[in-house]
Amino acid sequence: MGLEEKLPSGFLLTTVEQASGWVRKSSVFPATFGLACCAIEMMTTGAGRYDLARFGMEVFRGSPRQADLMIVAGRVSQKMAPVLRQVYDQMPNPKWVISMGVCASSGGMFNNYAIVQGVDHIVPVDIYLPGCPPRPEMLMDAILKLHQKIQGSKLGVNAEEAAREAEEAALKALPTIEMKGLLR
Amino acid sequence: MSDEQQSGNNVPSPRDDTGEVIGVRKGMFGANNGGDTSGYGGLVRTVTLPGASARPYGGPGGVFDEIADELEGALEEQGIAPGNALVKTVVDRGEITFHVAREHLVQVARTLRDDPALRFELCTGVSGVHFPGDKGRELHAVYHLRSLTHGRLIRLEVSAPDADPHVPSLVAVYPTNDWHERETYDFFGLIFDGHPALTRIMMPDDWQGFPQRKDYPLGGIPVEYKGAQIPAPDQRRSYS
Amino acid sequence: MSAPHETPHATARATTEGTVYTVTGGDWDEVVQSAAKADDERIVVNMGPQHPSTHGVLRLILEIEGETVTEARCGIGYLHTGIEKNLEFRNWTQGTTFVTRMDYLTSFFNETAYCLGVEKLLGIEDDIPDRATLLRVLLMELNRLSSHLVCIATGGMELGATTIMIYGFRDRELILDAYELITGLRMNHAFIRPGGLAQDLPPGAVDHLRELVRTLRKNLPEYDKLATGNPIFKARMQDVGYLDLAGCMALGATGPILRSAGLPHDLRRSDPYCGYETFEFDVPTADSCDSYGRFLIRLEEMRQSLRIVEQCLDRLEPGPVMVADKKIAWPAQLALGPDGLGNSLDHIKNIMGTSMEALIHHFKLVTEGFRVPPGQAYAAVESPKGELGAHVVSDGGTRPYRVHFRDPSFTNLQAMAAMCEGGQVADVIVAVASIDPVMGGVDR
Repeated sequence: MGLEEKLPSGFLLTTVEQASGWVRKSSVFPATFGLACCAIEMMTTGAGRYDLARFGMEVFRGSPRQADLMIVAGRVSQKMAPVLRQVYDQMPNPKWVISMGVCASSGGMFNNYAIVQGVDHIVPVDIYLPGCPPRPEMLMDAILKLHQKIQGSKLGVNAEEAAREAEEAALKALPTIEMKGLLR
Repeated sequence: MSDEQQSGNNVPSPRDDTGEVIGVRKGMFGANNGGDTSGYGGLVRTVTLPGASARPYGGPGGVFDEIADELEGALEEQGIAPGNALVKTVVDRGEITFHVAREHLVQVARTLRDDPALRFELCTGVSGVHFPGDKGRELHAVYHLRSLTHGRLIRLEVSAPDADPHVPSLVAVYPTNDWHERETYDFFGLIFDGHPALTRIMMPDDWQGFPQRKDYPLGGIPVEYKGAQIPAPDQRRSYS
Repeated sequence: MSAPHETPHATARATTEGTVYTVTGGDWDEVVQSAAKADDERIVVNMGPQHPSTHGVLRLILEIEGETVTEARCGIGYLHTGIEKNLEFRNWTQGTTFVTRMDYLTSFFNETAYCLGVEKLLGIEDDIPDRATLLRVLLMELNRLSSHLVCIATGGMELGATTIMIYGFRDRELILDAYELITGLRMNHAFIRPGGLAQDLPPGAVDHLRELVRTLRKNLPEYDKLATGNPIFKARMQDVGYLDLAGCMALGATGPILRSAGLPHDLRRSDPYCGYETFEFDVPTADSCDSYGRFLIRLEEMRQSLRIVEQCLDRLEPGPVMVADKKIAWPAQLALGPDGLGNSLDHIKNIMGTSMEALIHHFKLVTEGFRVPPGQAYAAVESPKGELGAHVVSDGGTRPYRVHFRDPSFTNLQAMAAMCEGGQVADVIVAVASIDPVMGGVDR
């Protein structure tokens, strides 16, 4: 926990928030968490044509202790779930999770005994990325959206306030089945 | 058409029984719990697998007869009556299947591997099939053997009842079956006697049940949409 | 369901709280004594299931004395997806969408093996149009290239040679562009269907493929220049991951591993399918039984695949790509809509406006699918990793009764222990990379 988390709310904190957000989003270190087909597309994104280096994150860290972004790329089996949680727990704060592909997001077409029906049962997810597998462009779009989110992230007392608001909003949110409108 | 072609691929070998019944289908549109207004509700069809074939077995250039002759001869030399070891032989869709009595499986496999005229060096593993409707022989283990020397492919099939799910292990003959047998045990609960370390391989060690048996549910969850819920694939109505 | 398998060391008894398992592990004194006797250098290292150089979620358990691996074991199942079970709840045509995701680097091989099995059950092997078979061969050979490229690329990366990785993915992208043009998808195509193909080639595809072959012919020698004679590369690969012919046969290893032991066994030659007997190509072998030999075989196979692709392109003639039997063939050719693939407007006009019978037929075939006579069939193809077999069982219904894939990665991975024990820790990476296991295929 750094000094920045102890700052009083107000002008100083918001200024530090902007600076730290900018720094954090500019050098995200993803952990290599390739599981299935999506992992190949994730590697493709890191390779020549799509060149993730343009966004300052071409270096995938083998050790979760050196990473702050986990891209869950592929289907998570019941056997892999505890491992995934352990890897997530080993990552230092602040950390983010992209659920890449439909299998990681919701179980997808593998609605069966072996697959965890959405990685959000195990770890909190920041960005859900649809597709089977998503194209590298889609992964980059998800990463850029995450960058925006990181830029806007709060610190200290503001972070506590933001967490409280998020929780209240989540508690008030309507379950999907009670929603009206088109079936989608 | 030459005589060789006549006796070869084109003429299916005659069958001397009707095959084993593995199930009965009722109705047509999967409306099983009443309310079938389609008019097909009373339809009953039995499902039978292809039955035993009689000689000649045919195959490309009569190769199936050759394999069967060699195998029966080799078994007789070892003092095993071929009729006891080979329960039946099915030729279907250009493939030959030897149904082997499980107590003779290892001997038959060893003979198939070692006999110079047979030489099935490569086993492509075991595939389990669960037929709950095939009473007394619910669990089938299917092996495909390939001969690189002669360029042939045959299938061995062994069955075991659900009450006594034991089949001898082929690891001593084909070490490649190590993982394959563990996988079949993991999914079907078929116990391969004599396997060096028969443990779960795919599922976590503490998993309950054998997931690919027909009496194990698919285990999906209902999917929620706006104002509607779609049941898991195995809970939906299906065509019977 | 039968009772769980019980052993003397693990017993189960039912209580009011649920089943209680008691597990014992032999005599404690013996365990302590053997631990005291052991060398201090002896440690057990757990690699994975999340490790950057294990080719996916593979878990390696290595017992190490100093730098030497004395025992090596694999833990698999971390990507078990239950695809074989899922297939039993979808109709025969939908099955291709599942099998294509098994070994996701060799999608077209999975689809072809499955479709050959279904076609054998249906008894329509001889009715598949020539154009469909040729296109299957073409797609499979392109797939062999892209799979080998990933093997070489990731294998190089695991050795620390990042350049090879960048090169491999560069060339794979070119092939993926061709896939996208033909099937609409970069991966997981579900393009090969029982009875033929989902779609004919789009306009301009043949020219695109010829251009692709030209580019790849130019690019492939770069791997030779970069790696084949490279002293570091050779030092890392030669005599590493040794498995001779007897070991291959016993462990059932096929594909480049078997061919690196000198046996030119290739199903395309020894048990031809899809008309491979009419193509001219060589089956490369090596006699070194090691990782370097497998690397050279993969390079040569890519060149041979290009030859086959060229022959396919020369022989392509216009014609149908689906069996004529309307009880099996999908009722409509898809058309290219503004949002990618879509229904053909002409067909919709026909079934909605003019022909009630056509509408019924379309509805039945799409929702119910076709029935396959009871029986079982085994179809095998030579995938980039070895013999890929599909054991397909039908009970006469509209859905597969059981589909089992004999995946070459699964079988070949068993050879890991034989290749690694007695070697150095660093050589384990090279040996596993030379097996080229894809966990999607291993665990399914």
